[in-house]
Amino acid sequence: MSNSVAIVGVGYTPTRKLTPEVSYKEMIYEACVRAYHDANLASHRDIDGFISCAEDFLEGTSIFDEYTPDQLGGIQKPMHTISGDTLLGLATAVMNIRTGLQQLVVVEAHSKASNIKTLDAILHYATDPILTRPLHLNPHFIAGLEMQRFLDISKNTLEQCAEVVVKNKRNALKNDLSTYGTRLTTREVLSSEPTSTPLTQLQHAEPTDGAIVFVLASSKIAKKMNRTPVWIKGCGWISDAPSLETRDWNRCAYAALSAQMAYRQAGIRNPKKQIDFFEIDDTFSYKELEHLEALGIYETGKSGKALLQGALDPDGKTPTNVSGGSLGMGHVLEATGGFRTLEIVKQLRAEAGPRQLDKVKTGLAFSWRGLPTTSGVTMIYSQKGA
Amino acid sequence: MRMNLEGTSLKREDIDSKRVLTTRFRSNAFYAWDTGRGIGRYLQGLKAGEIWGTHCDTCNRTVVPPRIFCERCMKNQVSWVKLQDTGIINTFSICYVNWDASRVEEPHLPAVIEIDGASQGHGILHVLDEVNPKDLKIGMKVKAVWKRPEERNADITDILYWKPY
Ligand SMILES: [Zn+2]
Repeated sequence: MSNSVAIVGVGYTPTRKLTPEVSYKEMIYEACVRAYHDANLASHRDIDGFISCAEDFLEGTSIFDEYTPDQLGGIQKPMHTISGDTLLGLATAVMNIRTGLQQLVVVEAHSKASNIKTLDAILHYATDPILTRPLHLNPHFIAGLEMQRFLDISKNTLEQCAEVVVKNKRNALKNDLSTYGTRLTTREVLSSEPTSTPLTQLQHAEPTDGAIVFVLASSKIAKKMNRTPVWIKGCGWISDAPSLETRDWNRCAYAALSAQMAYRQAGIRNPKKQIDFFEIDDTFSYKELEHLEALGIYETGKSGKALLQGALDPDGKTPTNVSGGSLGMGHVLEATGGFRTLEIVKQLRAEAGPRQLDKVKTGLAFSWRGLPTTSGVTMIYSQKGA
Repeated sequence: MRMNLEGTSLKREDIDSKRVLTTRFRSNAFYAWDTGRGIGRYLQGLKAGEIWGTHCDTCNRTVVPPRIFCERCMKNQVSWVKLQDTGIINTFSICYVNWDASRVEEPHLPAVIEIDGASQGHGILHVLDEVNPKDLKIGMKVKAVWKRPEERNADITDILYWKPY
């Protein structure tokens, strides 16, 4: 395909619980300068367009897209904001480039979660103002409902969900960017403070700060810019009926359908065989298993057993969240899919150091928009161009 | 004033007597933004009664409020420059409308003030006072009126307002 798109540069800051030493602009600038260096950009003036992934309510600023050009070198250039995860921004950049109007596009996402003093209240405003908000429930209850139903339908177990936490926090110990790496037992996970049952505190990814910037290029210029471009072979994004009253609690259609859309583009018929490793949303423990099954990597109810047999470990058949995922690195709001993608870029470039996987050529990133949504994005990345 | 609009208008008593369905909540959206190095030092300067800018060594441009990188050349070779607390009016407006759309007696006077010592065209947004609005002109020389040192809070309101001099 002559209109392929590749990631030719990435820059980031480490994910941290608190980042008082920088403003969000300074944090993004730091990631940006590294990304442009990584892409061997002669000048930021060569960039054709900019996309920032940000949500006004999380920033505390209306029309936040007016606050994004300076720190990216994007003044007097086309720029717009996607109020969604990084992966949706990357998918948008792919489309921009495929129009032929832009050759070089930058995607930025960040989290200053530490600056939001009432994060759960902001989450609450995502629920229906007439039907749900008057009940005054902490919105994490929705994850509790979802997990309860998921375990009942799939017959995966609480212990298997806890094992997701154990694995991801263990993986994070090998990731120098991570904040929450630790050794835990499933008993410790299950006996931590109950939140919205069946969830316990350690099964929640913690809101964390961080910034990430990607440079994407058309196939015409990608190889000239970077010796190891990472090609975007497929991207799919789906929003399901989100209301708590009408959504399908039995299946995770947003993940399944977004994956099918991406697989079609990438020519993938057997994802388990054709994809070497997975960086997928694990905002809550059960989400990793739920998403793996919806993505078609395991049949319903089979992911938990596979996990216990080590198949999801770095040396297993389907390595999942080798980076540590959000449970190990922290949940960086709209930057979450960006950090999942970062791990894939590092692995495919053989730059992952102590956690480098053997002979990996193709990786899948999946992001979920978070509570209370039923929206997700699947991206397929590959070493090989079209 | 009665407007000629179609429909059924609501009265306060309709809501109080629950004749119509209403739902209420008080917003609970609070933030504590990290100022970072650029704006952090700027605010500390205000507490000391000083206005600081930064000079980009590549573009030879002094900006205020200061920033630790230059959005034009994208380099971070900047040096700190202490500016004057005087300047000239770049633009202004005489505002008679309150938050609730009621009229104000004494108009608010927002202005962009190009700070002496910064590059031409670079200034801060603030408010004017001690001036007859009729006398306001673009290019007018103004100076800062500061809060007393013990009242300053490392805040943009450490400057009370600007007045002609
Ligand atoms: Zn400059």
